[in-house]
Amino acid sequence: MKLRGKVHNYGDDVNTDVIIPARYLNVYDPAELAQHAMEDLDPDFLKKVKPGDIIVAGANFGCGSSREHAPLAIKAAGISCVVAKSFARIFYRNAIDIGLPILECEEAVDKTRAGDTLEVDLSTGEIKNITRGLTFEAKPYPNFMLELINAGGLIEYTKRKLAANRGIKVRR
Amino acid sequence: MTLAEKILAAHCGKKKISPGELINVKVDLVLSNDITAPIAIKEFRRIGVKKVFDPKKVVMVPDHFVPNKDIASAEQAKMMKEFALQQKLVYFEVGEMGIEHVLLPEKGLVLPGDVVIGADSHTCTYGALGAFATGMGSTDIATAMATGEIWMKVPPTIKFVYSGKLRKWVSGKDLILYTIGDIGVDGATYACMEFTGDAISRLSMDSRFTMANMAIEAGAKAGIFSVDQNTLDYVKSRAKRPYKVYESDKNSQYSKVIEYDVSKIEPQVAFPHKPSNTRPISKVGKVEIDQVVIGSCTNGRLEDLQIAARVLRGRKVNKRVRCIIIPGSREVYLQALRKGLVKLFIEAGAVVSTPTCGPCLGGYMGVLAAGERCVSTTNRNFVGRMGSPQSEVYLANPAIAAASAVLGRIAGPEEVGR
Repeated sequence: MKLRGKVHNYGDDVNTDVIIPARYLNVYDPAELAQHAMEDLDPDFLKKVKPGDIIVAGANFGCGSSREHAPLAIKAAGISCVVAKSFARIFYRNAIDIGLPILECEEAVDKTRAGDTLEVDLSTGEIKNITRGLTFEAKPYPNFMLELINAGGLIEYTKRKLAANRGIKVRR
Repeated sequence: MTLAEKILAAHCGKKKISPGELINVKVDLVLSNDITAPIAIKEFRRIGVKKVFDPKKVVMVPDHFVPNKDIASAEQAKMMKEFALQQKLVYFEVGEMGIEHVLLPEKGLVLPGDVVIGADSHTCTYGALGAFATGMGSTDIATAMATGEIWMKVPPTIKFVYSGKLRKWVSGKDLILYTIGDIGVDGATYACMEFTGDAISRLSMDSRFTMANMAIEAGAKAGIFSVDQNTLDYVKSRAKRPYKVYESDKNSQYSKVIEYDVSKIEPQVAFPHKPSNTRPISKVGKVEIDQVVIGSCTNGRLEDLQIAARVLRGRKVNKRVRCIIIPGSREVYLQALRKGLVKLFIEAGAVVSTPTCGPCLGGYMGVLAAGERCVSTTNRNFVGRMGSPQSEVYLANPAIAAASAVLGRIAGPEEVGR
Protein backbone atom coordinates (compact mmCIF):
# COMPACT_ATOMS: atom_id res chain seq x y z
CA MET A 1 0.00 0.00 0.00
CA LYS A 2 1.32 3.41 -0.99
CA LEU A 3 0.66 6.61 0.93
CA ARG A 4 1.31 10.04 -0.48
CA GLY A 5 1.07 13.41 1.20
CA LYS A 6 2.61 16.71 2.16
CA VAL A 7 5.04 16.83 5.06
CA HIS A 8 4.52 18.53 8.42
CA ASN A 9 7.91 18.66 10.07
CA TYR A 10 8.68 18.63 13.82
CA GLY A 11 11.73 18.15 16.05
CA ASP A 12 12.75 15.67 18.76
CA ASP A 13 10.69 14.54 21.78
CA VAL A 14 7.26 15.47 20.40
CA ASN A 15 5.28 14.38 23.46
CA THR A 16 1.70 13.18 23.83
CA ASP A 17 0.82 16.29 25.85
CA VAL A 18 1.28 18.42 22.74
CA ILE A 19 -0.11 15.81 20.32
CA ILE A 20 -3.38 15.93 22.25
CA PRO A 21 -3.44 18.03 25.46
CA ALA A 22 -4.98 16.26 28.46
CA ARG A 23 -7.53 19.03 28.90
CA TYR A 24 -9.34 17.52 25.90
CA LEU A 25 -9.32 13.95 27.19
CA ASN A 26 -12.82 14.21 28.61
CA VAL A 27 -13.94 12.67 25.29
CA TYR A 28 -12.58 9.73 23.32
CA ASP A 29 -14.27 10.12 19.95
CA PRO A 30 -11.41 10.37 17.41
CA ALA A 31 -13.15 13.05 15.32
CA GLU A 32 -13.57 15.28 18.39
CA LEU A 33 -9.98 14.65 19.52
CA ALA A 34 -8.77 15.55 16.02
CA GLN A 35 -10.08 19.11 16.52
CA HIS A 36 -7.22 19.68 18.97
CA ALA A 37 -4.46 17.56 17.44
CA MET A 38 -0.96 19.10 17.78
CA GLU A 39 -2.59 22.26 19.14
CA ASP A 40 0.04 23.21 21.73
CA LEU A 41 2.97 22.62 19.36
CA ASP A 42 1.52 23.95 16.11
CA PRO A 43 -1.68 25.99 16.55
CA ASP A 44 -2.19 26.11 12.74
CA PHE A 45 -1.89 22.35 12.28
CA LEU A 46 -5.60 21.79 11.73
CA LYS A 47 -5.80 24.58 9.14
CA LYS A 48 -2.82 23.20 7.22
CA VAL A 49 -3.40 19.46 7.34
CA LYS A 50 -5.00 17.65 4.41
CA PRO A 51 -6.10 14.02 4.30
CA GLY A 52 -3.11 11.82 3.54
CA ASP A 53 -0.49 14.24 4.90
CA ILE A 54 2.55 12.84 6.65
CA ILE A 55 4.23 13.88 9.91
CA VAL A 56 8.03 13.77 9.82
CA ALA A 57 9.74 14.19 13.20
CA GLY A 58 12.96 13.63 15.10
CA ALA A 59 13.78 11.14 17.85
CA ASN A 60 11.47 9.85 20.60
CA PHE A 61 8.18 10.79 18.90
CA GLY A 62 5.18 10.26 21.19
CA CYS A 63 7.02 10.26 24.51
CA GLY A 64 5.12 10.78 27.74
CA SER A 65 1.63 9.58 28.55
CA SER A 66 0.12 6.25 27.46
CA ARG A 67 -2.93 7.97 25.98
CA GLU A 68 -4.04 6.12 22.87
CA HIS A 69 -5.91 9.34 22.11
CA ALA A 70 -2.62 10.63 20.64
CA PRO A 71 -2.36 8.35 17.57
CA LEU A 72 -6.18 8.38 17.31
CA ALA A 73 -6.23 12.19 17.17
CA ILE A 74 -3.60 12.61 14.46
CA LYS A 75 -5.02 9.74 12.41
CA ALA A 76 -8.51 11.26 12.54
CA ALA A 77 -7.02 14.66 11.62
CA GLY A 78 -6.00 13.09 8.31
CA ILE A 79 -2.40 12.04 8.93
CA SER A 80 -1.71 8.88 6.93
CA CYS A 81 1.69 8.02 8.38
CA VAL A 82 4.40 9.21 10.79
CA VAL A 83 8.07 8.98 9.81
CA ALA A 84 10.45 9.62 12.72
CA LYS A 85 14.01 8.91 13.78
CA SER A 86 12.59 6.85 16.65
CA PHE A 87 9.38 6.39 18.62
CA ALA A 88 8.66 6.21 22.34
CA ARG A 89 7.63 2.65 23.14
CA ILE A 90 4.02 3.11 24.28
CA PHE A 91 3.25 5.33 21.28
CA TYR A 92 4.79 2.70 19.00
CA ARG A 93 2.50 -0.01 20.39
CA ASN A 94 -0.55 2.24 20.31
CA ALA A 95 0.00 3.30 16.70
CA ILE A 96 0.36 -0.32 15.53
CA ASP A 97 -2.65 -1.35 17.64
CA ILE A 98 -4.97 1.23 16.11
CA GLY A 99 -3.60 1.02 12.57
CA LEU A 100 -1.63 4.26 12.20
CA PRO A 101 1.41 3.42 10.03
CA ILE A 102 4.71 4.54 11.57
CA LEU A 103 8.17 4.20 10.10
CA GLU A 104 11.66 4.77 11.50
CA CYS A 105 14.20 6.34 9.14
CA GLU A 106 16.84 8.82 10.31
CA GLU A 107 18.05 9.77 6.85
CA ALA A 108 14.57 10.54 5.52
CA VAL A 109 13.97 12.81 8.49
CA ASP A 110 17.28 14.64 8.05
CA LYS A 111 16.72 15.26 4.33
CA THR A 112 13.03 16.19 4.36
CA ARG A 113 11.57 19.63 4.95
CA ALA A 114 8.07 20.90 5.70
CA GLY A 115 5.94 21.10 2.58
CA ASP A 116 7.83 18.35 0.68
CA THR A 117 5.74 15.58 -0.83
CA LEU A 118 6.53 12.07 0.40
CA GLU A 119 5.43 8.74 -0.97
CA VAL A 120 5.63 5.81 1.43
CA ASP A 121 5.34 2.20 0.33
CA LEU A 122 4.29 0.29 3.45
CA SER A 123 4.92 -3.14 1.94
CA THR A 124 8.57 -2.42 1.09
CA GLY A 125 9.39 0.35 3.59
CA GLU A 126 10.54 2.59 0.75
CA ILE A 127 10.16 6.32 1.40
CA LYS A 128 10.37 8.61 -1.64
CA ASN A 129 10.80 12.35 -1.31
CA ILE A 130 9.08 13.35 -4.57
CA THR A 131 9.96 17.05 -4.17
CA ARG A 132 13.70 16.37 -3.87
CA GLY A 133 13.92 13.17 -5.90
CA LEU A 134 15.39 11.15 -3.03
CA THR A 135 14.67 7.58 -1.91
CA PHE A 136 15.16 6.10 1.57
CA GLU A 137 14.74 2.72 3.25
CA ALA A 138 12.83 2.62 6.52
CA LYS A 139 13.84 0.20 9.25
CA PRO A 140 11.89 -3.00 8.51
CA TYR A 141 9.13 -4.09 10.90
CA PRO A 142 9.83 -7.20 13.00
CA ASN A 143 7.79 -10.17 11.75
CA PHE A 144 5.38 -10.11 14.66
CA MET A 145 4.56 -6.43 14.01
CA LEU A 146 3.83 -7.32 10.40
CA GLU A 147 1.44 -10.02 11.60
CA LEU A 148 -0.37 -7.45 13.75
CA ILE A 149 -0.48 -4.89 10.94
CA ASN A 150 -1.67 -7.44 8.38
CA ALA A 151 -4.37 -8.66 10.75
CA GLY A 152 -5.71 -5.10 10.89
CA GLY A 153 -4.54 -4.22 14.38
CA LEU A 154 -4.38 -5.92 17.77
CA ILE A 155 -8.12 -6.41 18.27
CA GLU A 156 -8.56 -8.28 14.98
CA TYR A 157 -5.42 -10.29 15.74
CA THR A 158 -6.77 -11.21 19.19
CA LYS A 159 -10.18 -12.15 17.77
CA ARG A 160 -8.55 -14.56 15.36
CA LYS A 161 -6.30 -16.01 18.02
CA LEU A 162 -9.22 -16.59 20.41
CA ALA A 163 -11.25 -18.17 17.60
CA ALA A 164 -8.34 -20.40 16.63
CA ASN A 165 -8.04 -21.52 20.26
CA ARG A 166 -11.69 -22.51 20.14
CA GLY A 167 -11.24 -24.13 16.74
CA ILE A 168 -13.55 -21.63 15.03
CA LYS A 169 -12.89 -19.74 11.83
CA VAL A 170 -13.67 -16.05 12.02
CA ARG A 171 -15.73 -14.57 9.24
CA ARG A 172 -13.95 -11.62 7.73
CA MET B 1 19.15 -13.34 34.25
CA THR B 2 18.19 -9.98 35.74
CA LEU B 3 15.32 -9.51 38.17
CA ALA B 4 13.08 -8.25 35.35
CA GLU B 5 14.01 -11.13 33.05
CA LYS B 6 13.28 -13.68 35.79
CA ILE B 7 9.82 -12.23 36.46
CA LEU B 8 8.98 -12.17 32.75
CA ALA B 9 10.33 -15.70 32.20
CA ALA B 10 8.17 -17.01 35.04
CA HIS B 11 5.12 -15.37 33.46
CA CYS B 12 5.65 -16.78 29.97
CA GLY B 13 6.52 -20.32 31.03
CA LYS B 14 10.14 -20.24 29.87
CA LYS B 15 13.29 -21.15 31.77
CA LYS B 16 15.43 -18.56 30.06
CA ILE B 17 14.70 -15.41 28.06
CA SER B 18 16.94 -12.74 26.61
CA PRO B 19 16.53 -9.09 25.64
CA GLY B 20 14.82 -8.58 22.28
CA GLU B 21 12.86 -11.83 22.49
CA LEU B 22 9.11 -11.56 21.88
CA ILE B 23 7.08 -13.31 24.56
CA ASN B 24 3.47 -13.77 25.52
CA VAL B 25 3.12 -12.85 29.18
CA LYS B 26 0.42 -13.81 31.68
CA VAL B 27 -0.51 -10.74 33.70
CA ASP B 28 -1.35 -10.57 37.42
CA LEU B 29 -3.17 -7.25 37.22
CA VAL B 30 -4.64 -5.07 34.47
CA LEU B 31 -5.34 -1.43 35.29
CA SER B 32 -7.13 1.49 33.69
CA ASN B 33 -8.52 4.87 34.76
CA ASP B 34 -11.35 7.25 33.88
CA ILE B 35 -9.46 8.59 30.82
CA THR B 36 -8.14 5.34 29.37
CA ALA B 37 -10.88 2.87 30.42
CA PRO B 38 -13.55 4.18 28.00
CA ILE B 39 -11.45 3.28 24.94
CA ALA B 40 -10.39 0.00 26.57
CA ILE B 41 -14.04 -0.92 27.19
CA LYS B 42 -15.02 -0.02 23.63
CA GLU B 43 -12.18 -2.16 22.22
CA PHE B 44 -12.91 -4.98 24.70
CA ARG B 45 -16.45 -5.15 23.34
CA ARG B 46 -15.11 -5.43 19.78
CA ILE B 47 -13.18 -8.57 20.73
CA GLY B 48 -16.51 -10.25 21.36
CA VAL B 49 -15.92 -11.98 24.70
CA LYS B 50 -18.58 -11.40 27.35
CA LYS B 51 -16.50 -11.42 30.52
CA VAL B 52 -13.02 -10.29 31.52
CA PHE B 53 -10.54 -13.13 32.08
CA ASP B 54 -10.60 -12.72 35.88
CA PRO B 55 -12.53 -9.88 37.56
CA LYS B 56 -10.21 -9.99 40.60
CA LYS B 57 -7.30 -9.09 38.36
CA VAL B 58 -8.88 -6.20 36.49
CA VAL B 59 -8.78 -2.86 38.33
CA MET B 60 -10.46 0.39 37.35
CA VAL B 61 -9.72 3.55 39.31
CA PRO B 62 -11.45 6.87 38.66
CA ASP B 63 -8.77 9.43 39.55
CA HIS B 64 -7.87 11.76 36.68
CA PHE B 65 -10.97 13.97 36.37
CA VAL B 66 -12.94 12.85 39.46
CA PRO B 67 -14.88 13.99 41.37
CA ASN B 68 -16.17 14.78 37.87
CA LYS B 69 -14.97 18.13 36.58
CA ASP B 70 -17.52 18.54 33.79
CA ILE B 71 -20.33 16.71 31.99
CA ALA B 72 -18.09 15.05 29.42
CA SER B 73 -15.76 13.60 32.06
CA ALA B 74 -18.80 12.55 34.10
CA GLU B 75 -19.98 10.51 31.10
CA GLN B 76 -16.61 8.77 30.89
CA ALA B 77 -16.54 8.02 34.64
CA LYS B 78 -20.10 6.69 34.39
CA MET B 79 -19.25 4.40 31.51
CA MET B 80 -16.31 2.99 33.47
CA LYS B 81 -18.29 2.56 36.68
CA GLU B 82 -21.15 0.74 34.95
CA PHE B 83 -18.75 -1.62 33.20
CA ALA B 84 -16.75 -2.23 36.39
CA LEU B 85 -19.86 -2.99 38.47
CA GLN B 86 -21.44 -5.16 35.80
CA GLN B 87 -18.21 -7.17 35.38
CA LYS B 88 -17.62 -7.21 39.17
CA LEU B 89 -14.13 -5.73 38.75
CA VAL B 90 -11.96 -4.25 41.47
CA TYR B 91 -13.31 -0.69 41.56
CA PHE B 92 -12.93 2.20 43.98
CA GLU B 93 -15.54 4.98 44.20
CA VAL B 94 -14.39 8.45 45.25
CA GLY B 95 -14.88 7.84 48.99
CA GLU B 96 -12.32 5.05 49.05
CA MET B 97 -10.20 5.90 46.06
CA GLY B 98 -6.82 7.42 45.58
CA ILE B 99 -4.48 8.13 42.71
CA GLU B 100 -4.14 4.68 41.15
CA HIS B 101 -0.39 4.28 41.69
CA VAL B 102 -0.60 5.35 45.33
CA LEU B 103 -3.69 3.26 45.95
CA LEU B 104 -2.85 -0.14 44.44
CA PRO B 105 0.31 -0.84 46.47
CA GLU B 106 -1.43 0.38 49.65
CA LYS B 107 -4.30 -2.04 49.06
CA GLY B 108 -1.87 -4.92 48.55
CA LEU B 109 -3.11 -5.36 44.98
CA VAL B 110 0.44 -5.33 43.58
CA LEU B 111 3.05 -7.61 45.14
CA PRO B 112 6.68 -8.55 44.51
CA GLY B 113 7.20 -10.74 41.45
CA ASP B 114 3.96 -9.64 39.75
CA VAL B 115 3.55 -8.57 36.15
CA VAL B 116 1.24 -5.57 35.99
CA ILE B 117 0.14 -3.63 32.95
CA GLY B 118 -1.87 -0.44 33.08
CA ALA B 119 -3.36 2.04 30.64
CA ASP B 120 -1.39 4.78 32.32
CA SER B 121 2.26 5.48 31.63
CA HIS B 122 3.09 5.74 35.34
CA THR B 123 2.15 2.10 35.93
CA CYS B 124 5.92 1.61 36.19
CA THR B 125 5.61 2.91 39.79
CA TYR B 126 5.08 -0.67 41.06
CA GLY B 127 8.65 -1.59 40.19
CA ALA B 128 9.42 -0.23 43.67
CA LEU B 129 7.90 -3.46 45.01
CA GLY B 130 10.08 -5.72 42.88
CA ALA B 131 7.27 -6.22 40.36
CA PHE B 132 7.52 -5.83 36.59
CA ALA B 133 5.03 -3.10 35.77
CA THR B 134 4.61 -1.13 32.57
CA GLY B 135 2.25 1.31 30.90
CA MET B 136 0.43 0.55 27.66
CA GLY B 137 -2.45 1.97 25.65
CA SER B 138 -6.13 1.18 25.96
CA THR B 139 -6.22 -1.40 23.14
CA ASP B 140 -3.42 -3.44 24.71
CA ILE B 141 -5.29 -3.26 28.01
CA ALA B 142 -8.53 -4.38 26.33
CA THR B 143 -6.73 -7.43 24.95
CA ALA B 144 -5.30 -8.31 28.35
CA MET B 145 -8.73 -7.79 29.96
CA ALA B 146 -10.13 -10.37 27.55
CA THR B 147 -7.30 -12.91 27.55
CA GLY B 148 -5.17 -12.35 30.65
CA GLU B 149 -2.15 -12.17 28.38
CA ILE B 150 -0.16 -9.58 26.44
CA TRP B 151 2.79 -9.66 24.07
CA MET B 152 6.02 -8.02 25.17
CA LYS B 153 9.52 -7.63 23.91
CA VAL B 154 12.00 -8.55 26.66
CA PRO B 155 13.75 -5.26 27.46
CA PRO B 156 17.47 -4.92 28.01
CA THR B 157 18.24 -3.81 31.57
CA ILE B 158 20.36 -0.80 32.46
CA LYS B 159 21.82 -1.02 35.95
CA PHE B 160 22.03 2.18 37.97
CA VAL B 161 24.24 2.09 41.04
CA TYR B 162 23.77 4.86 43.62
CA SER B 163 26.37 4.96 46.35
CA GLY B 164 27.21 7.25 49.22
CA LYS B 165 25.26 9.25 51.77
CA LEU B 166 22.36 11.45 50.68
CA ARG B 167 22.63 15.15 51.46
CA LYS B 168 19.99 16.79 53.61
CA TRP B 169 16.67 17.34 51.76
CA VAL B 170 17.69 15.02 48.93
CA SER B 171 15.10 12.34 48.24
CA GLY B 172 14.19 9.76 45.61
CA LYS B 173 12.77 12.59 43.50
CA ASP B 174 16.17 14.24 43.27
CA LEU B 175 17.94 10.98 42.39
CA ILE B 176 15.53 10.25 39.53
CA LEU B 177 15.53 13.86 38.24
CA TYR B 178 19.32 13.85 38.34
CA THR B 179 19.37 10.53 36.47
CA ILE B 180 16.94 11.76 33.78
CA GLY B 181 18.98 14.96 33.51
CA ASP B 182 22.03 12.81 32.91
CA ILE B 183 20.65 10.26 30.41
CA GLY B 184 17.88 12.32 28.77
CA VAL B 185 14.16 11.79 28.14
CA ASP B 186 15.00 8.95 25.76
CA GLY B 187 18.03 7.71 27.71
CA ALA B 188 16.38 4.42 28.65
CA THR B 189 13.89 3.97 25.78
CA TYR B 190 12.53 0.38 25.68
CA ALA B 191 14.87 -0.60 28.54
CA CYS B 192 14.28 -1.62 32.14
CA MET B 193 16.04 0.60 34.70
CA GLU B 194 17.28 -1.41 37.70
CA PHE B 195 17.98 0.81 40.69
CA THR B 196 20.70 -0.55 43.00
CA GLY B 197 23.45 0.51 45.40
CA ASP B 198 23.92 1.20 49.09
CA ALA B 199 22.10 4.53 48.86
CA ILE B 200 19.07 2.70 47.45
CA SER B 201 19.06 0.10 50.22
CA ARG B 202 18.69 2.96 52.74
CA LEU B 203 15.93 4.64 50.71
CA SER B 204 12.34 4.64 52.05
CA MET B 205 9.57 2.86 50.12
CA ASP B 206 7.90 6.21 49.37
CA SER B 207 11.11 7.48 47.75
CA ARG B 208 11.43 4.23 45.78
CA PHE B 209 7.90 4.62 44.44
CA THR B 210 8.86 8.13 43.28
CA MET B 211 11.92 6.84 41.44
CA ALA B 212 10.19 3.90 39.74
CA ASN B 213 7.31 6.24 38.86
CA MET B 214 9.52 8.49 36.74
CA ALA B 215 11.36 5.71 34.86
CA ILE B 216 8.94 6.44 31.99
CA GLU B 217 10.29 10.02 31.83
CA ALA B 218 13.55 8.50 30.57
CA GLY B 219 11.53 6.44 28.07
CA ALA B 220 11.93 3.22 30.06
CA LYS B 221 9.56 0.29 29.88
CA ALA B 222 9.97 -0.32 33.59
CA GLY B 223 11.94 0.73 36.64
CA ILE B 224 12.66 -1.94 39.20
CA PHE B 225 14.12 -2.44 42.68
CA SER B 226 15.25 -5.59 44.48
CA VAL B 227 13.06 -6.70 47.33
CA ASP B 228 14.65 -6.09 50.75
CA GLN B 229 13.47 -5.83 54.36
CA ASN B 230 11.92 -2.40 53.63
CA THR B 231 9.81 -3.94 50.86
CA LEU B 232 8.81 -6.94 52.97
CA ASP B 233 7.79 -4.68 55.87
CA TYR B 234 5.63 -2.66 53.47
CA VAL B 235 4.02 -5.71 51.89
CA LYS B 236 3.57 -7.83 55.06
CA SER B 237 0.39 -6.26 56.41
CA ARG B 238 -1.07 -5.64 52.95
CA ALA B 239 -0.65 -8.89 50.99
CA LYS B 240 -3.73 -11.09 50.77
CA ARG B 241 -2.21 -13.67 48.43
CA PRO B 242 1.18 -15.38 48.05
CA TYR B 243 3.95 -13.65 46.14
CA LYS B 244 7.42 -14.48 44.93
CA VAL B 245 10.67 -12.64 45.43
CA TYR B 246 13.19 -12.69 42.56
CA GLU B 247 16.77 -11.46 42.53
CA SER B 248 19.16 -10.51 39.76
CA ASP B 249 21.89 -13.11 39.26
CA LYS B 250 25.45 -12.03 39.99
CA ASN B 251 26.35 -12.70 36.35
CA SER B 252 23.31 -10.87 34.89
CA GLN B 253 23.81 -9.22 31.53
CA TYR B 254 23.23 -5.46 31.60
CA SER B 255 23.20 -3.32 28.48
CA LYS B 256 24.91 -0.60 30.52
CA VAL B 257 25.98 0.12 34.10
CA ILE B 258 25.78 3.73 35.27
CA GLU B 259 27.17 4.77 38.67
CA TYR B 260 26.46 7.87 40.73
CA ASP B 261 28.01 9.19 43.93
CA VAL B 262 24.89 10.57 45.61
CA SER B 263 26.85 12.65 48.11
CA LYS B 264 27.50 15.03 45.19
CA ILE B 265 23.81 15.36 44.26
CA GLU B 266 21.93 18.48 45.37
CA PRO B 267 18.14 18.80 45.34
CA GLN B 268 17.17 19.12 41.67
CA VAL B 269 14.75 21.30 39.72
CA ALA B 270 13.64 20.36 36.18
CA PHE B 271 13.08 23.54 34.19
CA PRO B 272 10.52 23.86 31.39
CA HIS B 273 9.80 22.03 29.16
CA LYS B 274 11.43 18.65 29.73
CA PRO B 275 11.99 16.52 32.83
CA SER B 276 15.62 16.19 31.68
CA ASN B 277 16.21 19.95 31.82
CA THR B 278 17.53 19.75 35.38
CA ARG B 279 19.61 22.11 37.51
CA PRO B 280 20.82 21.79 41.10
CA ILE B 281 18.91 24.12 43.44
CA SER B 282 22.04 26.26 43.93
CA LYS B 283 22.02 27.16 40.22
CA VAL B 284 18.33 28.03 39.85
CA GLY B 285 18.57 31.82 40.17
CA LYS B 286 15.54 34.00 40.85
CA VAL B 287 12.35 32.51 39.40
CA GLU B 288 9.11 33.97 40.76
CA ILE B 289 6.16 31.63 40.91
CA ASP B 290 2.35 31.71 41.04
CA GLN B 291 1.46 28.20 42.13
CA VAL B 292 2.78 25.18 44.01
CA VAL B 293 1.37 21.67 43.72
CA ILE B 294 2.39 19.00 46.23
CA GLY B 295 0.89 15.61 45.42
CA SER B 296 0.39 13.19 42.47
CA CYS B 297 1.36 9.57 41.83
CA THR B 298 4.95 10.79 42.00
CA ASN B 299 4.99 12.60 45.36
CA GLY B 300 1.57 12.27 47.02
CA ARG B 301 2.55 9.83 49.77
CA LEU B 302 2.82 10.35 53.52
CA GLU B 303 6.59 10.95 53.56
CA ASP B 304 6.12 13.68 50.93
CA LEU B 305 3.50 15.45 53.02
CA GLN B 306 5.64 15.11 56.14
CA ILE B 307 8.58 16.74 54.38
CA ALA B 308 6.36 19.58 53.14
CA ALA B 309 5.01 20.01 56.68
CA ARG B 310 8.53 20.25 58.10
CA VAL B 311 9.15 23.25 55.84
CA LEU B 312 5.71 24.86 56.21
CA ARG B 313 5.42 24.48 60.00
CA GLY B 314 4.95 27.90 61.59
CA ARG B 315 5.31 29.66 58.22
CA LYS B 316 2.90 31.22 55.77
CA VAL B 317 2.38 30.65 52.07
CA ASN B 318 3.44 33.74 50.12
CA LYS B 319 0.60 36.10 49.18
CA ARG B 320 1.23 35.67 45.44
CA VAL B 321 1.15 31.85 45.54
CA ARG B 322 -1.66 29.30 45.31
CA CYS B 323 -0.36 26.30 47.26
CA ILE B 324 -2.37 23.16 46.50
CA ILE B 325 -1.67 20.02 48.51
CA ILE B 326 -3.23 16.73 47.43
CA PRO B 327 -2.84 13.56 49.50
CA GLY B 328 -2.48 10.65 47.08
CA SER B 329 -5.08 8.41 48.64
CA ARG B 330 -7.72 8.14 51.33
CA GLU B 331 -5.21 6.34 53.58
CA VAL B 332 -2.59 9.07 53.08
CA TYR B 333 -5.27 11.71 53.71
CA LEU B 334 -6.37 10.04 56.96
CA GLN B 335 -2.82 9.66 58.20
CA ALA B 336 -2.13 13.30 57.36
CA LEU B 337 -5.23 14.26 59.34
CA ARG B 338 -4.24 12.13 62.36
CA LYS B 339 -0.74 13.57 62.39
CA GLY B 340 -2.07 17.12 62.26
CA LEU B 341 -0.56 17.83 58.83
CA VAL B 342 -3.81 18.91 57.22
CA LYS B 343 -4.41 21.51 59.93
CA LEU B 344 -0.81 22.68 59.61
CA PHE B 345 -1.18 23.07 55.83
CA ILE B 346 -4.46 24.96 56.04
CA GLU B 347 -3.13 27.25 58.78
CA ALA B 348 -0.08 27.95 56.62
CA GLY B 349 -2.39 29.13 53.84
CA ALA B 350 -2.41 26.07 51.57
CA VAL B 351 -5.53 24.36 50.23
CA VAL B 352 -5.90 20.61 50.74
CA SER B 353 -7.85 18.60 48.17
CA THR B 354 -9.37 15.16 47.96
CA PRO B 355 -7.09 12.75 46.03
CA THR B 356 -7.03 13.43 42.29
CA CYS B 357 -4.56 13.59 39.40
CA GLY B 358 -6.32 16.87 38.41
CA PRO B 359 -3.65 19.59 38.23
CA CYS B 360 -0.73 17.36 37.14
CA LEU B 361 -2.16 17.02 33.64
CA GLY B 362 -3.95 20.37 33.44
CA GLY B 363 -7.28 18.71 34.13
CA TYR B 364 -8.68 20.79 36.99
CA MET B 365 -7.91 21.85 40.61
CA GLY B 366 -5.01 24.09 39.64
CA VAL B 367 -4.90 24.91 35.92
CA LEU B 368 -2.33 27.57 34.95
CA ALA B 369 -2.99 30.80 33.02
CA ALA B 370 -0.68 32.11 30.30
CA GLY B 371 2.57 33.38 31.78
CA GLU B 372 2.07 31.63 35.13
CA ARG B 373 4.77 29.50 36.71
CA CYS B 374 4.28 26.50 38.97
CA VAL B 375 6.66 24.48 41.13
CA SER B 376 5.21 21.00 41.16
CA THR B 377 6.14 17.68 42.73
CA THR B 378 4.55 15.95 39.71
CA ASN B 379 6.33 14.20 36.84
CA ARG B 380 6.04 16.14 33.57
CA ASN B 381 6.65 19.73 32.53
CA PHE B 382 5.95 19.57 28.80
CA VAL B 383 4.41 22.58 27.03
CA GLY B 384 0.80 23.01 28.22
CA ARG B 385 1.03 20.13 30.70
CA MET B 386 -0.69 22.02 33.53
CA GLY B 387 -2.76 24.47 31.52
CA SER B 388 -1.92 27.26 29.10
CA PRO B 389 0.77 26.42 26.54
CA GLN B 390 2.35 29.71 27.68
CA SER B 391 2.63 28.54 31.31
CA GLU B 392 5.72 26.97 32.88
CA VAL B 393 6.15 23.96 35.18
CA TYR B 394 9.22 23.36 37.34
CA LEU B 395 9.51 19.85 38.76
CA ALA B 396 10.99 19.40 42.24
CA ASN B 397 10.78 17.49 45.51
CA PRO B 398 8.22 18.40 48.23
CA ALA B 399 10.78 20.33 50.33
CA ILE B 400 11.63 22.68 47.47
CA ALA B 401 7.95 22.99 46.55
CA ALA B 402 7.04 23.96 50.13
CA ALA B 403 9.94 26.41 50.47
CA SER B 404 9.01 27.98 47.13
CA ALA B 405 5.42 28.38 48.32
CA VAL B 406 6.69 30.37 51.32
CA LEU B 407 9.13 32.59 49.43
CA GLY B 408 7.12 33.08 46.21
CA ARG B 409 10.13 32.04 44.14
CA ILE B 410 11.93 28.75 43.55
CA ALA B 411 13.87 28.13 46.74
CA GLY B 412 15.54 25.42 48.75
CA PRO B 413 14.24 24.56 52.25
CA GLU B 414 17.40 26.02 53.85
CA GLU B 415 16.42 29.48 52.57
CA VAL B 416 13.10 29.81 54.42
CA GLY B 417 14.79 30.06 57.80
CA ARG B 418 16.73 33.16 56.92
